[in-house]
Amino acid sequence: MAAINRDDVAHLARLAHIEMSAQELDRMAGELAVIVDSVKSVSQAAGDDVPATSHPMPLTNVFRDDVVGHTFTAEQALSGAPDSEDNRFKVPAILDEA
Amino acid sequence: MNTDAILSFEEAMEKYDPVLGFEVHVELNTRTKMFSSAPNVFGDEPNTNVNEVDLGMPGVLPVVNKTAVESSIKIGLALNCKIAESCRFARKNYFYPDTPKNFQTSQYDEPIAYDGYLDIELSDGTVFRVEIERAHMEEDAGKLTHMGGATGRIHGADFSLVDYNRAGVPLVEIVTKPIEGAGSRAPELAKAYVAAIREIVKNLGVSDARMERGNVRCDANVSLRPHGRERFGIRSETKNVNSLRAVEHAVRYEIQRHAAVLDAGNPVVQETRHWHEDTRTTTSGRPKSDADDYRYFPEPDLVPVVPSREWVEELRATLPEPPAARRKRLQGDWGYSDLEFRDVVNAGVMDEIEETIAAGASASIARKWWMGEIVGRAKAADVDPGQLGVQPATIVELAGMVEDGKINNKMASQVLDGVLAGEGSPAEIVEKRGLAVVSDDGPLLEAIDAALAAQPGVADKIRNGKVQAVGAIVGGVMKATRGQADAGRVRELILEKLGVTV
Repeated sequence: MAAINRDDVAHLARLAHIEMSAQELDRMAGELAVIVDSVKSVSQAAGDDVPATSHPMPLTNVFRDDVVGHTFTAEQALSGAPDSEDNRFKVPAILDEA
Repeated sequence: MNTDAILSFEEAMEKYDPVLGFEVHVELNTRTKMFSSAPNVFGDEPNTNVNEVDLGMPGVLPVVNKTAVESSIKIGLALNCKIAESCRFARKNYFYPDTPKNFQTSQYDEPIAYDGYLDIELSDGTVFRVEIERAHMEEDAGKLTHMGGATGRIHGADFSLVDYNRAGVPLVEIVTKPIEGAGSRAPELAKAYVAAIREIVKNLGVSDARMERGNVRCDANVSLRPHGRERFGIRSETKNVNSLRAVEHAVRYEIQRHAAVLDAGNPVVQETRHWHEDTRTTTSGRPKSDADDYRYFPEPDLVPVVPSREWVEELRATLPEPPAARRKRLQGDWGYSDLEFRDVVNAGVMDEIEETIAAGASASIARKWWMGEIVGRAKAADVDPGQLGVQPATIVELAGMVEDGKINNKMASQVLDGVLAGEGSPAEIVEKRGLAVVSDDGPLLEAIDAALAAQPGVADKIRNGKVQAVGAIVGGVMKATRGQADAGRVRELILEKLGVTV
């Protein structure tokens, strides 16, 4: 079994701003461990001749020229915002960084 | 309210050895953003330089700005770094409204440039080598304005307003290795290092490099250890240090604060500190904690950047003359002595003098004005000389009027005050204030006669060959004419009158 315990799940939940009950934490600790183990089995299939990669496609250097394209108006940009003021997004104060 | 105890800098230095580290963020001056084609422009109306990528809308795909990659490679090369054969982007996950995506696209384990160095020249000519750990590509965040939180009151009514124009602006973050051995010169080195980075990116043309606009921003890490100990102390990281003077002051302050904490037998808290320019102190931000667990992982929407060696060499060939070499060349061109030139560099007016010379002034006139007149005024106003806004053309005009004998140096200095006070151009101020050198010999001769009569002993000395005594008579004449006489002409007339040839 992979080493994912209940504390790990609680830590990740806090980082991800996800509220989880004690029951959910217990269940997820078990399920995540199984998932990690399953993913691990990939390394059994790949031999030493297969390099580790973060991307499935053998693409590199996909670039864009530095040319200005379209933009939104402030009105468009704010159209989906729950709240706004002075053409800016209005958000609750962030206590620990203000 | 800041109540941290501090030790005097001298005492702190007697007891402890500082170790520094810097993270400098450089905003690139590309036309568009790092991953979107929205314009990278400062000062526009809020939320008008954004599109769906900058706002982090679902399903959008970022595409890397090629010019930003080239600028990043140029910065790496100018910092004597190795350029990665292959590197990739990573997501740095955190929740804060300055990033609408809930992650910043950055680089983590594979920066584009690494293992470099920069030789920093201190004010007395000592060269100090700063090792560069890495320079990596990332994107800037939006700008938050906190409303209603004055006097520390934080209640439900408070909120923040967010402008995402800056979100996605290309950044290069330059990280040093720990800097040891600077000793009491640590604050000076800090300032000189950031100044050197600013100079390099400006010289490369990859950034506007205006610190007051946040184009170059510095986070300064400071820790202390007792002399002779190898192991580093616990560090603080001071954010929001956004002028060269502030970098120097912040490092100095943190050294003094750490020393007081250690002296009291307490451990330094590893935390973020916020710099306050008004009080020249830092206050505690948040401690390093779980919140720093950013869960980096490779950005799945961007493929690796693989700069071919040919491309890197092409870019290397376009690099301009490095600042250190440029300084050497300018000193030669201008004919300044080592001391004169070092004073110019330390006063931060080398660029200004170069521009003034380009505008038509001689090297000695440009130096006289910047070092003799403007630097002192900047010091009095507590700003950098360049911030006073004196235009090269103004100096050329003033110097021309002095040379033509229209006004003398003293008047020219008054005219400069007028220009700085916004009274108009030098010619307008001369006109308005009725300034003009009395060059008609008639009134001068009268004043000379009076001055000679007032100091008969001095006249005798001059007749007997003590020519330097003429200064006393010139002074009398200048006083009588309220400074409006041409001192050179007065001197000639006095010597002529006394029959002295020089």
